[in-house]
Amino acid sequence: MNNFPFLSVLTVAPAVGALVVALLPRSNPRLAKIVALVWSLALLAITAVMCVTFKANGPRFQFRESYPWIPAWGIRLTVQADGIALVMLGLVAVLVPIVIAASWHDADKTKRSVNNYFALLLALDATMIGVFAAADVFLFYAFFEVMLIPMYFLIGSFGGARRQYAAVKFFLYSLFGGLFMLAAVIGLWVVGGHTLDWNALSHISMSTSTGRWLFLGFFLAFAIKAPFFPFHTWLPDAGGAAPAGAAALLVGVLDKVGTYGILRFCFSLFPEATRFFAPLGLALAVVGIIYGSLLAVGQNDLKRLVAYTSIAHFGFIGIGIFAFTSQAGTGAVLYMLNHGLSTGALFLIVGMLVQRRGSANIRDFGGAAKLVPVLAGCFLVVGFSSLALPGTSPFVSEFLVLLGTFSTHKALAIVATSGVILAAGYILWMYQRTMQGNLNPELSTSSGFKHDLTGREKWVVAPLIALIFILGVYPKPVIDVISPAVAATMHDVGKSDPVPATRAVDNGSGGSSAVGDNK
Amino acid sequence: MTEPALAEQVHYATASGALSSVWLLIAIPLASAVVLLLAGRRSDRWGHILGCASIGASFVLAVWYFFALRGLGHKAVSEHLGSFIQVGGYKVDWGILYDPLSATFALLITGVGFLIHVYAIGYMKEDPGRRRFFGYFNLFAAAMLLLVLGNNFLMTFIGWEGVGVASYLLISWYQDRPSAATAGKKAFLMNRVGDAAFLVAMFLMFGYLGSTDFATVFNGVGALPHGVTLAIALCLLGGACGKSGQFPLQAWLPDAMEGPTPVSALIHAATMVTAGVYLIARAHPIFDATTIGSTIVVAVGAFTLLLGCIIGCAKDDIKRVLAYSTVSQIGYMFLAVGLGGGAYALGILHLLAHGFFKAGLFLGAGSVMHGMKDQTDMRRFGGLWKYMKVTWITVGLGFLAIIGIPPLSGFFSKDPIIEAAFARGGWQGWVFGLAALLGAGLTAFYMTRLFVLTFHGKKRWTDDIEHPHESPAVMQVPMILLAIGSVAAGGLLVYGGFTDWLEPVFGTTEVPEAVHYSKALMTGISIVVVLLGVVISWLLFRRGTAETEQPARTAIVRAARENLYGDVLNETLFELPGKLLTRAAVFMDGKGVDGIVTGLAAIVGGSSSRLRRLQTGFVRSYALTILGGALVVVAALMAVKLG
Repeated sequence: MNNFPFLSVLTVAPAVGALVVALLPRSNPRLAKIVALVWSLALLAITAVMCVTFKANGPRFQFRESYPWIPAWGIRLTVQADGIALVMLGLVAVLVPIVIAASWHDADKTKRSVNNYFALLLALDATMIGVFAAADVFLFYAFFEVMLIPMYFLIGSFGGARRQYAAVKFFLYSLFGGLFMLAAVIGLWVVGGHTLDWNALSHISMSTSTGRWLFLGFFLAFAIKAPFFPFHTWLPDAGGAAPAGAAALLVGVLDKVGTYGILRFCFSLFPEATRFFAPLGLALAVVGIIYGSLLAVGQNDLKRLVAYTSIAHFGFIGIGIFAFTSQAGTGAVLYMLNHGLSTGALFLIVGMLVQRRGSANIRDFGGAAKLVPVLAGCFLVVGFSSLALPGTSPFVSEFLVLLGTFSTHKALAIVATSGVILAAGYILWMYQRTMQGNLNPELSTSSGFKHDLTGREKWVVAPLIALIFILGVYPKPVIDVISPAVAATMHDVGKSDPVPATRAVDNGSGGSSAVGDNK
Repeated sequence: MTEPALAEQVHYATASGALSSVWLLIAIPLASAVVLLLAGRRSDRWGHILGCASIGASFVLAVWYFFALRGLGHKAVSEHLGSFIQVGGYKVDWGILYDPLSATFALLITGVGFLIHVYAIGYMKEDPGRRRFFGYFNLFAAAMLLLVLGNNFLMTFIGWEGVGVASYLLISWYQDRPSAATAGKKAFLMNRVGDAAFLVAMFLMFGYLGSTDFATVFNGVGALPHGVTLAIALCLLGGACGKSGQFPLQAWLPDAMEGPTPVSALIHAATMVTAGVYLIARAHPIFDATTIGSTIVVAVGAFTLLLGCIIGCAKDDIKRVLAYSTVSQIGYMFLAVGLGGGAYALGILHLLAHGFFKAGLFLGAGSVMHGMKDQTDMRRFGGLWKYMKVTWITVGLGFLAIIGIPPLSGFFSKDPIIEAAFARGGWQGWVFGLAALLGAGLTAFYMTRLFVLTFHGKKRWTDDIEHPHESPAVMQVPMILLAIGSVAAGGLLVYGGFTDWLEPVFGTTEVPEAVHYSKALMTGISIVVVLLGVVISWLLFRRGTAETEQPARTAIVRAARENLYGDVLNETLFELPGKLLTRAAVFMDGKGVDGIVTGLAAIVGGSSSRLRRLQTGFVRSYALTILGGALVVVAALMAVKLG
């Protein structure tokens, strides 16, 4: 199976699917939905096979394919995947069918074409696969920018109030970062000897100042995408205005392109600059944790609240990346996956609440657990995963990030750990204001709250919750895939784990070790 | 210890035979919880039975394992269950450590837990969500068992946060009451403060020793610089204070009484809140290695035990009196484990005895509430002894046990702690000893008050109550069994060689003898102090009390009614700054950070209305924001450089 062109199939197939769905007769929107869902499930199956085929201890990059594209500039269509990319591809494959199922009725009420909505989701799918698989810097850039278009239409055409404003803001903001990246890509092409192949570029040498300027070009684009403080203000608007499914993909996957890009391009191509700018990255990230958490506490809009929690979570990913230890780095990549599952689920559940109530304002809820106990239970479980409760997968990643960061940056890790307390604050307070306390009388008369989770909604929530628990108890398969790739990246940057100050004597025989008492 | 040569080393053998299935203790209640929470209303009819059966099965197993461990020479086995995390040099497995300490806790959790589960069948009978209640209860039991059975600080931490969630769910059980929802949130948040400290302790262990498993950490403590050992000890203490309601994180525990009474009995009296004591006892090699650290534990314990007593004297809600009593009794346990050496075992002994009598007292309080239409105000009780004889007798025995009347449990468990505190010698011996002695007198005072106001004197009932009824048998039997435990547990444990049983864990049973005063004299003094408390209280309250709150005449009463300003302290130190900070951040983000962006966009786009707004005052807020943002980033950069 190793010769099967997984990555190009996975990139092209959703694009074809998008076309098919768009061309289906408009009179039968149900058909379009079913085709889109089946198509995405087929892609999930292919991705699953790919993940099984991937050899965790094999070469760093696998599934490499390369085709000529613009020979005059030495640009090729090259794709490949390491453990980091593989995990992100897996996340995309899992989330897309779930989002399609969750968005089943979202487009019905709008005046726009239902077919287009699902076609846009599949088109977005194609670009998300492409951006993680690209091994040619120009190809990456192309996907990075093209990705904006389906999302722009998803927000602008199918979003809630202020959707136009949010869509334009999202688009311009991203485009602005993209321009700097384009400049850096051209610069890289010049110093790199007229090639943009990642594998070739990772071996070139360049002057310190060139490396730093190019790093900044990439970093700015990624910091806006991620988003890091203070480039984050587009996210609450976009997340608040986007339909729930698109918001789940936006925050769950699209934003990860930022942190993924930093690891893949900034780190491996500009190691010196990475080390030089690491304190800045750490500082922005830790500010993001505290700042994002405080803002989440202060929100009155459910969707904006979840968006701000993500800014805090991206802060954790950021410190994990820039701490330069294998635990923190692996934790950060794992965090990218877990955050996609957990916050993706949170956005979808919030979407179900908003759709029932017709409002995202927290004041319009209150005591809802009485009417929709199962929905409330799912909300709470996913909320607990968002605050990184042990037993759920985000705990493993947050713990690893903090543990690894502490071994190189003690004060910083302690400040970041306080984010753990704030997380409990914003999640539980959100739950209290929506689900507990006196029942809001308007809820009991609202028709949306007559029924608890529907069968379709259960199918949306159940796989995500199951994954959150499974990876919370047994994250080993994913860690085994991620950690060699992270180790290779750390090697690119020229960093290795600090040795514990005091190494304890270990007998090494399973479970039994001698312990010196110490009176 | 198998080999004398290794007397200075702890050795965990691999589990075999019966003991290789210790994980079942956790798995059974966990599986039951999953079934109950997923099955929904379908399990309404049999949910409570499954809930009790699962914890009962765990209890039977715990007894079996206990005897299996007694038969072993090495008294500590560990078991590898599967891998959890392995990245670089950090490795954690799912693993069990079964030794006398964890065996003791497993018996307490499953034994007392089973009785309270049974009681809850009756207590929660009318509640439509009863099977969900049992799901949460089982979840709690599983998490608590993981907490005490893990062989790695991370395992303990997983159980630690697990019991926190169960506690949150059960405190806010009556979730349509805003007070219950708030109490649950408060409990979880304050616990998270402690949990963050616990996390930092693990980071320190990894940073300096490369591991968080018990064996490696205890092994390496000796090689650590004292500052690091102290930091780990203090961080663990922070975690312990959060979970166990010790100063300065005590304020959540009384509010936790918003939960149903069986929850108060099991989680907030007998088991979860003693997890802090377990943690310190388990991590004793760390605390043994730092005298400053263990002295701080003693000080926290001594201070909190007085704080709990003083507030307990001023409360009129029966459950809150018992809650502050718990705060205070756990103070005694902290005091003991802080003293170290042979006093570790004394702390655990008191923990067990307390598990019986406090659970019994809470169930008694629940029984009273059950018969009095959920009234909790002691001012509206009185004369109940005639109407609920079983409750009266069981609570009476628990009352005599907690104040330490010989030969009941409290006498055997509390008195030795007071003596050990005096035996510390020097000014510390006097301070901590007198605190513990004074606490005993105050305990006698407020418990007598509780008992007399509830069961004796004139009826002061509210008008809607005519005939208070005794609780059904399913509630009485657990109360009777716990009362028997309250009477006998202390003596049986002491004469049954409990401290020797724990010797392999703590390495010693030696309690330093008091130099200046004989044991008989000490015992005599403490009994006199206790009786003094009883008599004063009886004289004051035998005729009942006013039915409404009277104006406080002295500062101490005012302070005690205000929980010694613990909540005020939290509000001014944390809530208020938090609120202001949040508001500032929201303002800054909307007007400043985002304003700069939209402002720039407006300049580029040339939108005149935006530009006008820019000129009329917004520039200042942008400038302020840029300045503020820059300062924050510089501060963060400095933090990076510091680390």
